[in-house]
Amino acid sequence: MIESIDHNSSQLNDAGQLKHFLTTQELPVNILNEILDTANSFLDMSSQQVKKVPLLRGKTVVNLFFEPSTRTSSTFELAATRLSADVLNLNISTSSASKGESLKDTLMTLEAMHADMFVVRHPDSGAAHFIANQVTPNIAVINAGDGRHAHPTQAMLDMLTIKRCKGQFEGLVVAIVGDILHSRVARSQIHALRTLGVAEIRVIAPNTLLPKDIEMMGVKVFTNFDQGIKDCDVVGMLRLQKERMNSALLPSESEFFKLYGLNSERLKLAKPDAIVMHPGPINRGVEIESAVADGPQSTILQQVTNGIAVRMAVMSMAITGQLNAGQSQQTSV
Amino acid sequence: MIKITNGRLVDPANQIDSISDLYIENSQVTAIGEPPIDANITQTIDATGLVICPGLIDLCAHLREPGFTQKASIASETAAAAAAGITTLVCPPTTSPIIDNTAVAELIQDRAKAAAKANVLPIGALTLELKGQKLAPMAALKQSGCVAFSNNRCTISDSQALLRCLEYAATHDFLVIFNPQDNNLVANGVMHEGATSSDMGLVGIPESAETIEVARALILVEHSGVRAHFSQLSCERSIKLIGIARANGLNVSADVAMHHLFFTDENTRGFNSMFHVQPPLRSQLDRAGLLNALVTNGIQAICSDHQPHEAAAKHAPFAATEAGMSTLETLLPLGLQLVEQGLIDLSQLIEKLTCAPAKILGIKAGSLAVGATADITIFDPHAQWLVDESSLVSAGKNSVFIGSELKGKVMHTLLAGKRVYSAS
Repeated sequence: MIESIDHNSSQLNDAGQLKHFLTTQELPVNILNEILDTANSFLDMSSQQVKKVPLLRGKTVVNLFFEPSTRTSSTFELAATRLSADVLNLNISTSSASKGESLKDTLMTLEAMHADMFVVRHPDSGAAHFIANQVTPNIAVINAGDGRHAHPTQAMLDMLTIKRCKGQFEGLVVAIVGDILHSRVARSQIHALRTLGVAEIRVIAPNTLLPKDIEMMGVKVFTNFDQGIKDCDVVGMLRLQKERMNSALLPSESEFFKLYGLNSERLKLAKPDAIVMHPGPINRGVEIESAVADGPQSTILQQVTNGIAVRMAVMSMAITGQLNAGQSQQTSV
Repeated sequence: MIKITNGRLVDPANQIDSISDLYIENSQVTAIGEPPIDANITQTIDATGLVICPGLIDLCAHLREPGFTQKASIASETAAAAAAGITTLVCPPTTSPIIDNTAVAELIQDRAKAAAKANVLPIGALTLELKGQKLAPMAALKQSGCVAFSNNRCTISDSQALLRCLEYAATHDFLVIFNPQDNNLVANGVMHEGATSSDMGLVGIPESAETIEVARALILVEHSGVRAHFSQLSCERSIKLIGIARANGLNVSADVAMHHLFFTDENTRGFNSMFHVQPPLRSQLDRAGLLNALVTNGIQAICSDHQPHEAAAKHAPFAATEAGMSTLETLLPLGLQLVEQGLIDLSQLIEKLTCAPAKILGIKAGSLAVGATADITIFDPHAQWLVDESSLVSAGKNSVFIGSELKGKVMHTLLAGKRVYSAS
């Protein structure tokens, strides 16, 4: 009777090209691969003398951050700059933006400045979908993290890291460890990993940090880290927010580290060539031991480099997708 | 004298379902079938092909006045009720100020009388300011027209305080209505906790938030001997708990909001804020359980749980929007879909919308016997209409059916024998 919204109808144009990047959920595998391939080509470029390409020349990208972030916003800024776009950074604390209409008003004001792309981070799940539905056609929306829902560019930079380290996704066993409940990264990783066809996805956490019925997302649940990490190819750690200790989810940081922290001993249970990822910023001694974070199996710094390339890729793809969507609209009129 | 002729008269309170004429004079039903001897018919309503039934009684409709008139008013929502074939609206105490004093109860009824489109029966607060601490002046509120008492969704977490409330209400044989919800378990949840909420990254409201309150309430209802009704249940397990209590001889009743019979948590995919309601839309299994209870009479009545909102209240990311749907005018059309699906027959539907809620409230209404007040709805069960912002009379346009065609159109509504609505 009432159809629920198909994610792809909101992020792909009629030709099946990316026009917004809101979630990795239900995106076809060819789009995910296109993002990875495009990002790969930008990675080669970033080691050259001239790091800029003119793909977004004359375009205005607005970084719209309703939640504090330094890393994500700066890598987006750098990515947009390398694509020759003009960048406007707006940090709006949600306390001053008293929800509802004010978000819409903010968008309308920015649209009047003829922005071409919004990069959005917002504490509410679904905020990027809301904004994509609100903006006038031909403005691309890139989700830079919405509540607990999705952080698709982070997930794709992790996919790029896996691909560059492992060569392929087939046959891999990937574990995601820590605060799954509050993690938009974990959700986006799970959707992307499923589409890209890894052999097994595991989530490892205590029951208080596991969302209900998470198995329905196609993952194996482990509450014991030592069992869950066994023979993994990829160990993806998640950041644990300190405030979780105050909300009866965990007794203490030290108990968490003891049971769910990644140390060198535990890492030995994974495959010898396993890689360790972390979206950063890391809490040393809470979710990961320094020796591991700085060790040979850690890909944490590669992830940052890959993040710029992935963001360049989705930005250039979305601008192209918007352009083509606009043209097909004009020709159909 | 008004004659309503040639319609299918469905009056479950009197086990009538036949083509019969109905005669009305001085706000009362004066005859059924044959005209009274000295009939002086001044007006005839041709109801050929239409259904004539008692005016619908809605056990829960938020009218937003006083306090939230940016959303709706008593005038706007009673007009919507008339257009929906609803002649009696029961409104919860969550106005501002709260219905915990006689002045507010009287103000609401005065405004309803001035609007003269539907009867409005307020529910008084069980505790002052709904804070769950001090008793509201129930006897005075009852005198001022409150039909029952409830703390709405404001959990009375102190069980002793709750027991005292129930004992006091039992002393005077007042009806207590539970909207069972443990707010500590709700926390900042915005939808049913399950695979869908986990996937969407929205904070879930566990089923236990409702069932724990149902269980506690049932124990204290038995302890106190109070007359109790459970409203807007959303979980299959709540129905089971109430079923067990009823089997053990506890006289409690239950209703469900119409939208819980049609939608589940799956509908919130895509973050459509129109599906943000409380209690939340639950699982497919819960919906099946509610439908089953409707058929087996584990649920006696259906309400609208109408919650009109201004556009801005729904215009934000899902979690930042206000909960509730505008549902008065879709109540009957959706009910008719249950009939069309063969779940219940028309007479059972009308019963759950008329005499069953009247019986729960203990009011004289929901019947078209000779001598009864002529609150009457006449509708075309087959006529289609387009739900859109202009066709909805309610000030709340927050309906998930905007843009859809629904079958079942109210043609005339009579309140105490006076026409308060006629389809154009």
